[in-house]
Amino acid sequence: MTFRARHLLGIEPLSPPEITSILDLADSYVDLNRRTIKHSDALSGMTQINMFFENSTRTQSSFELAGKRLGADVMNMSMQTSSVKKGETLIDTALTLNAMRPDLLVVRHPSSGAVNLLAEKVNCAVLNAGDGRHEHPTQALLDALTIRRAKDRLHRLTVAICGDIAHSRVARSNLILLGKMENRIRLVGPATLMPAGAAEFGCEIYEDMREGLKDADVVMMLRLQKERMDGGFIPSEREYYHRWGLDADKLAHAKPDAIVMHPGPMNRGVEIDGTIADDINRSVIQDQVEMGVAVRMAAMDLLARNLRAERGRALAEGTYV
Amino acid sequence: MILHFDNARLIDPETGTDGPGSLTVQDGFIAARDADAPSDATVIDCNGRCLAPGIVDWGVKVGEPGERHKESYTSAGRAAAAGGVTTMIVRPDTAPPIDNPESLDFVAKRALDSIVRVRHMASLTKSREGREMVEMAFLCDAGAVAFTDGVRVVPDAKLFGRCMTYARGLGALIVGHPQEPNLSRGAAATKGKFASLYGIADVSPVAELMGLERDLALVAMSGGRYHADQITTAGALPALRRARAGGLDVTAGISIHHLTLNEFDVGGYRTFFRFTPPLRAEDDRLAMVQAVADGEIDVIASFHTPQDEESKRLPFAEAAPGAVGLQTLLPAALRLYHQGGLTLPQLFRAMSLNPARRLGLDGGRLAVDAPADLVLFDADAPFVLDRFTLLSKSKNTPFDGARMQGRVLGTWVGGERVFG
Repeated sequence: MTFRARHLLGIEPLSPPEITSILDLADSYVDLNRRTIKHSDALSGMTQINMFFENSTRTQSSFELAGKRLGADVMNMSMQTSSVKKGETLIDTALTLNAMRPDLLVVRHPSSGAVNLLAEKVNCAVLNAGDGRHEHPTQALLDALTIRRAKDRLHRLTVAICGDIAHSRVARSNLILLGKMENRIRLVGPATLMPAGAAEFGCEIYEDMREGLKDADVVMMLRLQKERMDGGFIPSEREYYHRWGLDADKLAHAKPDAIVMHPGPMNRGVEIDGTIADDINRSVIQDQVEMGVAVRMAAMDLLARNLRAERGRALAEGTYV
Repeated sequence: MILHFDNARLIDPETGTDGPGSLTVQDGFIAARDADAPSDATVIDCNGRCLAPGIVDWGVKVGEPGERHKESYTSAGRAAAAGGVTTMIVRPDTAPPIDNPESLDFVAKRALDSIVRVRHMASLTKSREGREMVEMAFLCDAGAVAFTDGVRVVPDAKLFGRCMTYARGLGALIVGHPQEPNLSRGAAATKGKFASLYGIADVSPVAELMGLERDLALVAMSGGRYHADQITTAGALPALRRARAGGLDVTAGISIHHLTLNEFDVGGYRTFFRFTPPLRAEDDRLAMVQAVADGEIDVIASFHTPQDEESKRLPFAEAAPGAVGLQTLLPAALRLYHQGGLTLPQLFRAMSLNPARRLGLDGGRLAVDAPADLVLFDADAPFVLDRFTLLSKSKNTPFDGARMQGRVLGTWVGGERVFG
């Protein structure tokens, strides 16, 4: 195994072989998850704490299920109703939890960089489940696994990422990962939702959706947050749908076998037409959810191996506290 | 139907020429210049009078919807035709404003009442409140030629920048009102001796420069297309020059009133001389005439703003700003010609050619294949203006009782005679 990191904070520090090794292991967990008895002891006896400072249903349950299937003791902390409300700082919260000796911390936070800050203060493995508009590494990994299984490769594909790129950690992690794996990446969306300097990321920028989707192998739609629809970034839902909503007409510009992805939850009729989302020949949206559990199992398994190895070395050196 | 304008003095802003010639019009378009009259043509002997491309008046207020008692498309169209205006570029600051494709569709249908051409600008933000951008793509599809909140500045620079960024992808033109809104709030006159003497709330001319500098910085940031509706102070010109030298897609206009009147014309608190922005010092007026001659100011327009009598019969600072101008734009502009400040081709470059070009319209030219939108006028004929002879429903003109020169003899839209 080539994955040696202590934490999984983003895609940025990962090398292509590390990405491949996570995906390879995830493949085996897909098989496990399809059995009736879905159990492994990879995290047996270890404690996993899910700290979500931002609302989440699907990601949190995916991480919870992943931990449980690997035999970990999983605790969910809904941080919005906890000590943070009483005025505790992020670092104090982290130190308090650290004193309870967890092995894996899964953290989502609305501020970019918050998870990195927390990782500096604890001596367990930290998984970034999304920080602000920075990174969401397990989403990019599950998307990569979905693409790899649908297209039988993860390189030299034309991937169009469409919608609110500027505010999307999903887009950021995906374009880093897909870039590392040598794909052609197009960013498609209104100029008001395109991050500054996007062209310097090595992506092609399109405002016209039809041009952007031309001959794409993968069409990755992003969720448009409700608060962006109020006229500050785009004039209205209906104009957004008219120009950037994925419908059959726009999708016809992509390759005939192009797959359609969406990280969920979808706004049907805003960024994607319902019939496209439900088209089993094009949409891999349900596969993405399935791959999510497997990828998170793989990531936590690998982090747990590294943690055990590190602690073993520390014990041998007599530095383990 | 073939028309042949014989023995005319052709004012051609495209070539910058002013000289004798003839023009042949067929099927609504200019078919030939300086050709012999076709045998089946109706010949119009111009007797050496001026024949110029019809005026494209950028920034006309029509009171539909909401203030039809002040001006309707019918009355505005008649006034325009009598003033040599062949295309009215109508403002969206109606009640309610034109801020969605449905209301644009409504006014486009109402505009069929006008005997001259009408194109519409749409507002830039919903309800002109400066908070949410309008559906620019739908409005472009519905025929909006530009987006503006009129004299209301969008105070939120972030939003204004985003509007420009969004407009860039559509190639849409944004028309700004360069003014620092906090500095000019409540002002009815330009800071200076006159305002101090009369005790009128005033604003420094620098408010215009500040507003322009902000807008230009956002243009540079977003790469959008921008037109400043009115640049009226000399202090703002260097900023405009710099922006153009820097390659920004920027143009500027001015109202005919700021080119022909100054702050002292307000005299004894005459509310027909209340404008937004207020009338400026004479030095500024002269500098702006020069700027038009130099091509630094692209567009001269009437900013036709009909107000009923009650809106003007108020203390100066409380009176509604603006004046009607469709019928007086040409004679007022001819003052600048008679005073020697501008040539006729320069005037029609600013009144016809430039606004048409900037808005992507085909008019404003005397070239073969251009639409036959024409005005025939006697540049010298003197008259004293009686405001009650104006065809607008509203009679609020600052030129009431003024001695003017220049009478429109005929106006043609697409080869159809609409006046004279």
